[in-house]
Amino acid sequence: MITDFTWMIGGPQGSGVETAANIFSQVFSKMGYQIFGKREYYSNIKGEHSYFAVRVSEKQIRSSVKGTNMLIAFDAETIFRHADDVLENGIIIYDSTLENVKVSDVITFDNDFKERLGNLLKSKNKEDTVKGILELASENGTSIHSVSFRSLLAELSEKLENPRIKNMSRMFNVLGVSLSLGLLMIPSEKLTESVNSIFSKKKSIAEMNVSAANFAYNYATAKFDNIGLKFEEKEIEENTLLVQGYYGTSIGKIIAGCRFQSYYPITPATDESNFLETNEILEINEDRPGSTLVIQTEDEISAIGMAIGSSLTGVRSATCTSGPGFVLMIECLSWAGINEVPVVITFYQRSGPSTGLPTRHGQDDLMCAINSGVGEFPRIVYASGSVSDSFYDTTQVFNYADVFQVPVIHMMDKFIASSVTTCQRFDETRVNIDRGKLLNEIPSDNYRRFEHTEDGLSPRSKLGLENGIFWNTGDESDIQGHISEDPVNRVQMMDKRQSRLDYILEKIPETEQIVKHSEGDFCVVSWGSTQGPILDAIEMLKDDGINIGFVEVKLLEPFPKEFLKKLFSNSKTIIDIEANYTGQLGSLIRQNLEKDPDYYILKFTGRPMTCTELYDTLKKIVNGTAQKREVLTYGA
Amino acid sequence: MALKIGDYKTDVHNDWCPGCGDFGIVNSIQMALAEMEIPRHQTAIFSGIGCSGKTSHFINVFGVHTLHGRVLPFAQGAKISNPNLEIIAVGGDGDGLGIGAGHFVAAGRRNVDMTYIIFDNAVYGLTKGQASPTLKLGEKTKSLPTPNTNYNVNPIGLAIASGFTFAARGYSYDVRQLKDLIIAAVNHKGLAFVDVLQPCPTYNDINTKDWFSGVDRIDETTKKAMPRIYKLEDTDYDPVVHYSDETELNQKKTQAIVRSLEWDEKIPTGIFYKNELITPYTRRLTDKIPNYIENPSALQNISKNNAPITKINQILDLYKV
Repeated sequence: MITDFTWMIGGPQGSGVETAANIFSQVFSKMGYQIFGKREYYSNIKGEHSYFAVRVSEKQIRSSVKGTNMLIAFDAETIFRHADDVLENGIIIYDSTLENVKVSDVITFDNDFKERLGNLLKSKNKEDTVKGILELASENGTSIHSVSFRSLLAELSEKLENPRIKNMSRMFNVLGVSLSLGLLMIPSEKLTESVNSIFSKKKSIAEMNVSAANFAYNYATAKFDNIGLKFEEKEIEENTLLVQGYYGTSIGKIIAGCRFQSYYPITPATDESNFLETNEILEINEDRPGSTLVIQTEDEISAIGMAIGSSLTGVRSATCTSGPGFVLMIECLSWAGINEVPVVITFYQRSGPSTGLPTRHGQDDLMCAINSGVGEFPRIVYASGSVSDSFYDTTQVFNYADVFQVPVIHMMDKFIASSVTTCQRFDETRVNIDRGKLLNEIPSDNYRRFEHTEDGLSPRSKLGLENGIFWNTGDESDIQGHISEDPVNRVQMMDKRQSRLDYILEKIPETEQIVKHSEGDFCVVSWGSTQGPILDAIEMLKDDGINIGFVEVKLLEPFPKEFLKKLFSNSKTIIDIEANYTGQLGSLIRQNLEKDPDYYILKFTGRPMTCTELYDTLKKIVNGTAQKREVLTYGA
Repeated sequence: MALKIGDYKTDVHNDWCPGCGDFGIVNSIQMALAEMEIPRHQTAIFSGIGCSGKTSHFINVFGVHTLHGRVLPFAQGAKISNPNLEIIAVGGDGDGLGIGAGHFVAAGRRNVDMTYIIFDNAVYGLTKGQASPTLKLGEKTKSLPTPNTNYNVNPIGLAIASGFTFAARGYSYDVRQLKDLIIAAVNHKGLAFVDVLQPCPTYNDINTKDWFSGVDRIDETTKKAMPRIYKLEDTDYDPVVHYSDETELNQKKTQAIVRSLEWDEKIPTGIFYKNELITPYTRRLTDKIPNYIENPSALQNISKNNAPITKINQILDLYKV
């Protein structure tokens, strides 16, 4: 029997839910298990509900599942929101002092949820308290373990003769995770090791948390009934990393030689810039240290403007943003387009429209990335489907930008950004750097920046290069870069730039354009972070004897229509899967292949897809009982 | 071979209106570059949009004609990436103080070592004479349907309030003084701002060349026009912040702002404020990246034979299971 266990901790924002989950993830990864964790939170600093679900398995996992095996709650809201999500034979560990908290006592509930919860409890004849919802969970086969977190602190405080500890409710997170690890009978030294490493920045805090962790751990092993679950320690697979979702693009930028990143703070993109600035000084092989300049700007217009200015000096430059920031960049993006400036925009999508669901997931900006702009100019839109892919893809998008002298928009999203996962160590030997026609010296004084050439790409000078003087303008220009409104020149320049779209399709290897994961009569087509849940669902279906094909479109502009057509030719039924309302990739397929996908599986709740949902829905499609448009809704 | 003014001129046809004040500014920039003998390839002119935006095409150094209001972000991105470049940003008053006002303020806070020249004529020329941020409240230039309903921005005051460490005002018909101001601005260690009064002969029929020259004010005894413009350097005005002290700083800032408000009867030009005691952005970067000046982004090698040379092992090891 394969272990597949989902653990969840919830609590108010600012209560250390993420820290607890990191401890849990670290412990299990060190025991040789694969991890996939996801973080959900409100647009809020302190007080609103956040939770972290960590899935653990001995086989490769790339997504979350429906339901939770073990829920840790030290506030009432977590219990109310997630108790009925605990699976049969699941476990809830909660703070017993919460028992009599009423639904109406939780001030952070949205009205809609409060009403739904009230109706649920009423329909099951339960009182509208924590006790009521726990009874319901209990009837569903969940075993409930209650413990007063405050008493635990009091006892610990007495034991350590430190009266301050008594009131340190901010250690509830560590108590919670430690209770759960005790109940799961995980070797306690793993817990100690992990707590020490997570709090490594401050020794006294680490010591206090280790004491609290061991105290709670021992309490659970002594007082809780054995639940009969046992996690064997396994050999850690060689070269395994435990990473946050945004590490892929961050470390990708470092090795790709991105030396300038300007940004304006926005969720969920900012973590990347923060990572780059934290690691701003770089070790370079056989050379003096290098550095990445990370500049926080006054707005996103300035962010892209500075990145373009930097690129003109020959630097690999980038900015990182989300939808509301990206749309502010459009005029500058168009300027980069007409001036053939290589610049990378890492686009961590969240859910719109407008501010939408600012801390939730969505893939609803594909059309925006492809179509936003003043006039017509070439660009590349490229999407990554996993943390690991995003590392390699980041190194590639800088090559694309340099080689094709176009702006590149690299599509990422909140699902990837706030996931935590084990993956194979990023392999730098697979990374190559191609700067295209960037010049490092120009011997004579007749340089023309936009000279017409056979392949449409002109040798590229940079600011400061002797004999390489050029002009740029957002107006149409002649080959020197001076303003020209001449109609003949206009046609030549439009041809020069627009012909690049075909050239890009010709030059980027097909395997980088679309990844064919599997083949089948039923074929899923998708893009970006749905990759994980789709691959996991397909594997589950395989166990049922059902083979599903999957093609992941990575290059979305220019659109590789001929190659996609070829890939579709062996499949009878095409199923488009996306985290948006309209099926934006589907519309690209309609437009380019003159074919409507047979089915759409869409999710736009702001929560990522689970493999379970996809498994269920794909099965319905195979069985012929699905609607053409299936909408997924799971997740709190 | 010494560089001459002619070396800094392009053969691009200049399509500004006859008599436009912009000509004087371009000439002053070219004269300043020649006098400083800055190699052409080490200089870049960044410009915004509008008549003044075309400036970069007329000067034979790197020329980056950007977008309306966005000249400062582009220029700062280049300067920060390659601090060896000499960068002069130019644009209109609508460009820098209207649509680009946010960047103007933010640039002041950064104090990047470069020069920003505003062509200040109080109208949007290229779109046919609408009121721009420096037009006074209630004034009606000839193509405005009704008098201006907005109060004017004081460019020098805004620059000082935003953190620019050098603020000067020139007049486009005094090319020699303007050239000297541009040289002083370029040599200043930090972000230097030069506000250039530049009559628009086509759309601004109020602040005309004659008006600045005081043709409407004849001295009864000499029978000569009494120019409105006077030079701060001809007075005992001292713009320099000499030592790091709050009283000194506040006094120099205050006198600059008060002086910059003079208008109508007497209009000062020259250097209003100069403070090299505030750290330029370069220094702030060097504080955290010690070899930033010797090895800035633009000079760094990132690959050898197409293979990356940046080490990521020590980062990856942190996340090793």
